[in-house]
Amino acid sequence: MAEFQSYTMNFGPQHPAAHGVLRLILEMDGEVVVRADPHVGLLHRATEKLAESKPYNQSIGYMDRLDYVSMMANEHGYVAAIEKLLGIQPPVRARYIRVMFDEITRILNHLLWLGCHGLDVGAMTIFLYCFRERENLMDCYEAVSGTRMHATYYRPGGVYRDLPEAMPRHLARPHRKGHRDAALDEGRDGSLLDFIEHFTQRFPARVDEYETLLTDNRIWKQRTVGIAVVPPERAINLGFTGPMLRGSGVEWDLRKKQPYAAYADVDFDIPVGVNGDCYDRYLVRVEELRQSNRIIGQCVGWLRANPGPVMLDDYKLAPPKRTEMKESMESLIHHFKLFTEGYCVPEGEAYAAVEHPKGEFGVYLVSDGANKPFRVKIRPPGFAHMAAMDEMVRGHMLADVVATIGTMDVVFGEIDR
Amino acid sequence: MSAAKLDSMAHALGERFGGALRRRESSCGELSFDLEAPDLVDTAALLRDEEAFSFESLIDVCGVDYLGYGQVQWRTEQATGTGFSRAVQPGDAGSGPPAAEGGAPARPRFAAIYHLLSLRHNLRIRLRVFAQGENPPLLPSVTGIWQAADWFEREAFDLFGIVFEEHGDLRRILTDYGFIGHPFRKDFPLSGKVEVRYDESKRRVVHEPVSIEPRTLVPRVIRDDHRYRPELRAEPSAAEEGDEAPAGG
Repeated sequence: MAEFQSYTMNFGPQHPAAHGVLRLILEMDGEVVVRADPHVGLLHRATEKLAESKPYNQSIGYMDRLDYVSMMANEHGYVAAIEKLLGIQPPVRARYIRVMFDEITRILNHLLWLGCHGLDVGAMTIFLYCFRERENLMDCYEAVSGTRMHATYYRPGGVYRDLPEAMPRHLARPHRKGHRDAALDEGRDGSLLDFIEHFTQRFPARVDEYETLLTDNRIWKQRTVGIAVVPPERAINLGFTGPMLRGSGVEWDLRKKQPYAAYADVDFDIPVGVNGDCYDRYLVRVEELRQSNRIIGQCVGWLRANPGPVMLDDYKLAPPKRTEMKESMESLIHHFKLFTEGYCVPEGEAYAAVEHPKGEFGVYLVSDGANKPFRVKIRPPGFAHMAAMDEMVRGHMLADVVATIGTMDVVFGEIDR
Repeated sequence: MSAAKLDSMAHALGERFGGALRRRESSCGELSFDLEAPDLVDTAALLRDEEAFSFESLIDVCGVDYLGYGQVQWRTEQATGTGFSRAVQPGDAGSGPPAAEGGAPARPRFAAIYHLLSLRHNLRIRLRVFAQGENPPLLPSVTGIWQAADWFEREAFDLFGIVFEEHGDLRRILTDYGFIGHPFRKDFPLSGKVEVRYDESKRRVVHEPVSIEPRTLVPRVIRDDHRYRPELRAEPSAAEEGDEAPAGG
């Protein structure tokens, strides 16, 4: 039989470890990867082109569907770009609400990442643990926007509505014995803020729980230490941002360096890795869970003490109150114009970036003065990370490809757009 | 980013590159420059390497198609005497009358926009480079300077057909295998050109011309009252204008 060494292997696009629809063409020398060629775009929906065909506000919902595990962070980037072009600032309470939900989103994202990354390399329990806490945060989304995922909660000029006074509770279920309902409704006696505070108090113990499963776990370390090492200068040249860059030891976080919303007023630390391998990126993200929790706690305190408007009082941008529309012709006209034609944004261009859970999520808007954007460019963090796939896995074993995909925290909604 | 920091960077860039970088006005405090395509690679290398600039990170490359920039589908300067129908008729979608300035100098259709970030100075700048020619639009590649440009340039090639010379691996990236055309060009219909379905009788997937009628739900309008920006507004009373509700409102 003829002996051959190098061969090409197809990985995905339907593979549980591909985190969606990633197709990898791997050139292998035995078990060792010689070259990796990722084929992306299988989830391409032309979000940017769709956004160019609609008034500004109608595209906020598309942003949720980009990175569908950190919905509000995407909205924040888009809304911030519009606000920059319009030259408006949302009320301070809206900025705190945004910070709080950005951090809730970060925890949501990192929990999904942690669970799936663990599952990819063979740890099952962590996946179940992470989804337990995700459920509580999904409930916060639901309480504030009415949906668990695609919230469309941030709007240019503020947020859609103020935080609810009562936290939704589980319905009585007659077919069940009912003895667990009290446990399900734990912490839901008061307002949304009470529920979130209750969450922040027990969450650090939960993070400890995750860490007992992984941080000193021999198998986990064998699979992640020294895998896909990226030196800091390469990470910068490759366009890495977020935990991928911090894992390589570069202290760079837009929340600190270019503060937006209310980040300048909250206290938190930026974790930084040392070796730039998968394990360091894991440690960075786990510490970010704790820091996000800290930020949420501060926001809860501030929001309790400072009631106020959450949306600009400008009917050219924000819809009038329903009751007002019943009485005032002017309000009715404003409502009609806003929801049909939208608003015209002054000619110009703006780039707004937020520290998305995955890195720098930027939106570049070009406006020619019309009610629709002339060009929307979404800068997805995962796109630059995915582009470095080849460099990161070259010389590693096939099984490490899975660990590398996991450590990049890829979601194809944002990469393919 | 403070304005003073931006100004000092703008000054330093002006000193170093002279007329090669032409600053563009930005209403929201950003540094934006125009650059000629032949200067791009040399300038980019200096921007990355020189201590005073050190733009080590290329954040984004974005293709833009300026076809139809500033054109509207529905005039708003005067009221209609005959009443409103659908504002955009089938067939004239995207080809409305041009906006006020008629004799604007023709500029090239395609441009690539580079967003650079300096971690050391905590500063961003934006470079706009117009592509030479239209068939195909040509630009030099900056993959040799920032590895991050690789996929971003592939994306601009895929969606706009901008050819980046000496890229080395300029393949389509986001569209399907065997896709024809560059979908983000302004003359590419939103509904696409072909649709795909499984043909029961032929027992295979077939590609057919698209059957969706394109239609515009909201016409594109430009209202110049600048009501959101007090500093741009000519007179305070202008804010109350522009509220003529279409029929049915």
